Amino acid sequence: MSHHIVEVKNLSHIYPDGTAALFDVSFRITHGESVAIIGANGAGKSTLLLHLNGCLSATSGEIRIGDTRLTAGTLPDIRRTVGMVFQDPDDQLFMPTVFEDVAFGPCNLGLSGMDVEQRVSDALERVGAAHLREKPPYHLSGGEKKRVAIATVLSMMPDILVMDEPTSGLDPFARRQLIGLMRDFQHTRIITSHDLDMVYEVCDRTIILKRGMVAADGSTGDLFENGELLKECQLERPLSLQGCPECAARIRSCGTAKC
Amino acid sequence: MASLQQAVLDLKNLDLLANGNSPIHRLDARAKVLVSFVFIICVVSCDRYEVAALFPFCVFPVVMISLSDLPPLFIIRKIALICPFVLAVGILNPVFDREILMQLGPLGISGGWMSFASILIRSTLTVGTACILVGVTGFTAVCQALERLGVPQIFAVQLLFLYRYIFVLTEESDRASRSRALRSCGKSGKGIRSFGSLTGHLLLRTWQRAERIHIAMLSRGFRGEFRSPKTSRFGTPDLVFVLGWTVYFAIIRSFDIPRSIGALLTGGGL
Repeated sequence: MSHHIVEVKNLSHIYPDGTAALFDVSFRITHGESVAIIGANGAGKSTLLLHLNGCLSATSGEIRIGDTRLTAGTLPDIRRTVGMVFQDPDDQLFMPTVFEDVAFGPCNLGLSGMDVEQRVSDALERVGAAHLREKPPYHLSGGEKKRVAIATVLSMMPDILVMDEPTSGLDPFARRQLIGLMRDFQHTRIITSHDLDMVYEVCDRTIILKRGMVAADGSTGDLFENGELLKECQLERPLSLQGCPECAARIRSCGTAKC
Repeated sequence: MASLQQAVLDLKNLDLLANGNSPIHRLDARAKVLVSFVFIICVVSCDRYEVAALFPFCVFPVVMISLSDLPPLFIIRKIALICPFVLAVGILNPVFDREILMQLGPLGISGGWMSFASILIRSTLTVGTACILVGVTGFTAVCQALERLGVPQIFAVQLLFLYRYIFVLTEESDRASRSRALRSCGKSGKGIRSFGSLTGHLLLRTWQRAERIHIAMLSRGFRGEFRSPKTSRFGTPDLVFVLGWTVYFAIIRSFDIPRSIGALLTGGGL
């Protein structure tokens, strides 16, 4: 039995105010895959993510994590398996110090003493934030907060990492550090983002959502080559795939990039 | 808004002082909370005309500041912040209470002035002690100590959350208010109406944030009970600290030592 598989079957969600956010979404993510879920604003990305660890319940359809179907009874186990990193680290870091924040999950799992200490040290070490352990969260920079937020989830030893907009609001250096970190993880990873260059570097597979439905599901490279599809879904090819605008203009005017 | 920012910065600075490593810093937070609590009870329970009997209480903050290396000027500035409120409470006492209680040479001092001075000294002592407590313990540790001393967890956790998010909320309100000011072109910016709407939006955003935090907590296995990973031991130095100060406070509260010394020097009766 593997906990690393995420299977979503015919998932639909309608908010209480009548807004239909997801229609008949289905996909299967297997062990160790790194998958991006992208789409325009309001395409249903965040709603989908909130279903993956039971923060929202489906109007119809089902979700399976490994062999376990997501129900009220299996929630505690699912929440240990699926680690969720939220977009705004200020929502995730609510304890007085970094240490206590990273220890929050392990303590709720019933661990104590040295076990908690070990998990906290390992998780902070993993994200390069061991020196921040006694600091209060409001004294951290944006990049530090993001890395600590990831550590708070790693300390629960999840099999699947779900990250909502991990690189938003980061400076280029912190973004680069985070990309390196995400590439190193061996977990099954599900990432939503508008940072398509990051997606191109980190995720082998991409699912594109359009108005709550799956518009495409395939290899990231293939999907990003399909300009028509991207335009239809209000997306753009990543900058790293767009080529140099200056060279393109030169080629147009004199047939070579060197003139 | 500058004053709000300054207040939040001061709060951060006060909390940073708690990272010190003096003998007082190393004491268990519960010991410091208990002693401060007893101190405050003793000070506020003094008679309203009492002035001289309050002076022996000054020993406590002075000893705490000197042993813990807190910057005295910083603490004095914090105390000065509440002076306007104290003045507002006590300023009418000399007007209404004109009965002469003390003769200082030819100068008769009325009960009103005595009670005004007493309010001033008592508030200085109590507010100063609260600042010193946070400065040598940290707000978070104070909350955790309260919980371990038997305060219901829900209150302690409320205080912790308040402290954690006060920084986020002041930044948010600061941004909203700045954007309003920039578009008001130096005028009142539709006055109270736009201000009301701004406050309403802040409240709604706070609500949404609370929901997101709750989801983040549930995602990490929260089931209604906070379990702290930190444990601390109430050792002999803590016991000595609590007993020593409690006995001292009990003595100076029960006996008017300045009056006894005065009587001894002037040869008068006690």
